[in-house]
Amino acid sequence: MAEVRLERVSKSFGSTVAVAEMSLDIGHGEFVVLLGPTGAGKTTTLRLIAGLERPEAGDILIDGRSVLNETPAQRDVAMVFQQYSLYPHMTVRENLAFPLRSPVLRTPEDEIRRKVAEVAEVLHIAHKLDNKATKLSGGEMQRVSIGRALVRDPAIHLMDEPLSSLDAKLRSDMRVELKRIHADLGATLLYVTHDQIEAMTMATRVGVLDEGRLVQVGTPREVYEDPVSLRVAARLGQPRINILPADLFPGGPARARFMGLRPEHIRHGEGRPSEVVRVERLGDQTRLHLRLDGHDLVTLSDPHTDLEAGDRLPVEPRNPLYFDADGARILQGGAP
Amino acid sequence: MAEIVIQNLRKDFGDFTAVKSSSFRIEDGEFFMLLGPSGCGKTTTLRMIAGLELPTSGEIWIDGEEVGRKPASQRDIAFVFQMFALYPHMNVRRNISYPLASQGMPRARIREKVAEVARILDIGSILDRPVGGLSGGDRQRVALARAIVRDPKCFLMDEPLGALDAEFRERMAEELRALHDRMRATTVYVTHDQLEAMQMGDKIVVMNHGVIEQFGTPQDIYDKPATLFVASFIGSPPMNVLRFHGKVAPGAASVTLHHHAVAVPAMREAFEGDMILGVRPEHVRLTDDAPYRGRVLASEYLGTTQIVTLDTPNGQIKARIASDRAVRMDETVGLAFHPGTISLFDAQSGRALRSELNEGVLHG
Repeated sequence: MAEVRLERVSKSFGSTVAVAEMSLDIGHGEFVVLLGPTGAGKTTTLRLIAGLERPEAGDILIDGRSVLNETPAQRDVAMVFQQYSLYPHMTVRENLAFPLRSPVLRTPEDEIRRKVAEVAEVLHIAHKLDNKATKLSGGEMQRVSIGRALVRDPAIHLMDEPLSSLDAKLRSDMRVELKRIHADLGATLLYVTHDQIEAMTMATRVGVLDEGRLVQVGTPREVYEDPVSLRVAARLGQPRINILPADLFPGGPARARFMGLRPEHIRHGEGRPSEVVRVERLGDQTRLHLRLDGHDLVTLSDPHTDLEAGDRLPVEPRNPLYFDADGARILQGGAP
Repeated sequence: MAEIVIQNLRKDFGDFTAVKSSSFRIEDGEFFMLLGPSGCGKTTTLRMIAGLELPTSGEIWIDGEEVGRKPASQRDIAFVFQMFALYPHMNVRRNISYPLASQGMPRARIREKVAEVARILDIGSILDRPVGGLSGGDRQRVALARAIVRDPKCFLMDEPLGALDAEFRERMAEELRALHDRMRATTVYVTHDQLEAMQMGDKIVVMNHGVIEQFGTPQDIYDKPATLFVASFIGSPPMNVLRFHGKVAPGAASVTLHHHAVAVPAMREAFEGDMILGVRPEHVRLTDDAPYRGRVLASEYLGTTQIVTLDTPNGQIKARIASDRAVRMDETVGLAFHPGTISLFDAQSGRALRSELNEGVLHG
């Protein structure tokens, strides 16, 4: 466990800026998730902290000491990669024990046994401990590679989309498990992903990355309810936020250019008439695709609604968010 | 335009039976989903409809004609694969016109057809570009254009969005469905993604181990699963399954779960033994006064809603509730289920017991 701090860290590859002046504090025991699309600088950030890349500017501190001149081993971080890498000639047990057998750590054998058993239990691979690593399914291999990080007690766990190769069911189980593990072990985690569900459900704080810049950091609720820009607003929420001209409905501030309207923030039965284009029944919710003045919008309704394509439905915004021409949020009347 | 009828279709590969005995009907103009996990027989079924595999037995009717033994080329269908293969040395226009040119269609007519599909798919501006530099979405659109341009009787699609990342897949799914709404061509679509099936399909066949588990509209399959497999495969998170030992008689409207009565839809058959009570996460309420209790294990924030995982005497359960309700770890809360929505299953066979809720939907 440790505190990790990035101070205006920058890194470019040729003319491509991967990470731009990033500052971030990760406190003891926090679970911070960096969210961004491919190419936003997520993996580079982890590699900078791990010591696999060197920043051009800025500083990286672990527990208050600058680690720029330390080797990856000296930094005492554990990294889980997107592509699992296991020792194919070893059993699962040996793979899990391997990091503890490092000459630097000198872990006693019974301590190794205890740790391996505990982690195997948590990751549901206890029954596979004596299998060869190559005899596992993809999901099991990824769990072993997460397990290999968890047996240690590093300053920080760095995880690079570790769940992206798992199927949906396993991914949702692992989300709950990782959160549980984090709470039980009190470990400090920095996790990067492009999956907004992972960010929303696991993070104590989310950092939204956009082209190498950290554009907003906050609890999942803060970022969802109170985004600083159109791009952040569009990054969280499913179905996506509707982005409409600000004057489609009255009431916006004068300099507003766009209105962001979450699908659940549309009142039905009052306001301006729209046409139902399509009714999408997903079981637990039904999405209505509407057209209003040539603009498409999506809203949610009761799962068993009688509405059909072609019907008319008056709609009105509830708690719209307003943005200026550059996509920056306009805060209204004190309360955001 | 085509209606497709499948009767007692079976396919064996040596000792392995990929498809056991499938029967279903695809109406003219329908967007029809074959849904199931890998190895369930959905792709084999599609390949038999296409004529890429010969059935071991059974019949395939397209527009009133039995085509089970006909070669693919005589079935007048278009197949779109997961890996959209385009001819790399041709530009977009030639890729699209190729199927027509090889049929010997006059050049002027080809130009017209290509212009028409380019307009439908909004790719008019890239017609003269080489396919090499195209984005994933544009490549997919070109592959679709090439399938559409022939005016086939129906489209068969094998996980066409499987290789795309989540965000982009969602957009392409919307586009595909909008395209179907404009053209109304019969489409048979294979996927393992239940959300994709729910989102795009008019009807869904759910397959598992070569057997059809259920056939119906998305909402019926979601609300009234015929088997435990369907209940657990559809929905995210899927239906909760609570195991218990009990007894019901026709007309019974409650079961006893860990000493507490739980209201269920009126039963239409008798059963005694190991049972499963199935309830969807959004039909579980957290309330102080319910006698059936659970302990909070985790909560996952999702914006407007949150998923709360709880430990109960009958196993873990997930509840989808409003995100403004504060939930504390390890807190013990009462659980109430929306009675009209509950399904009961025979734990051994996985079959749903007949009740007021599902009697119109279950076959046999």
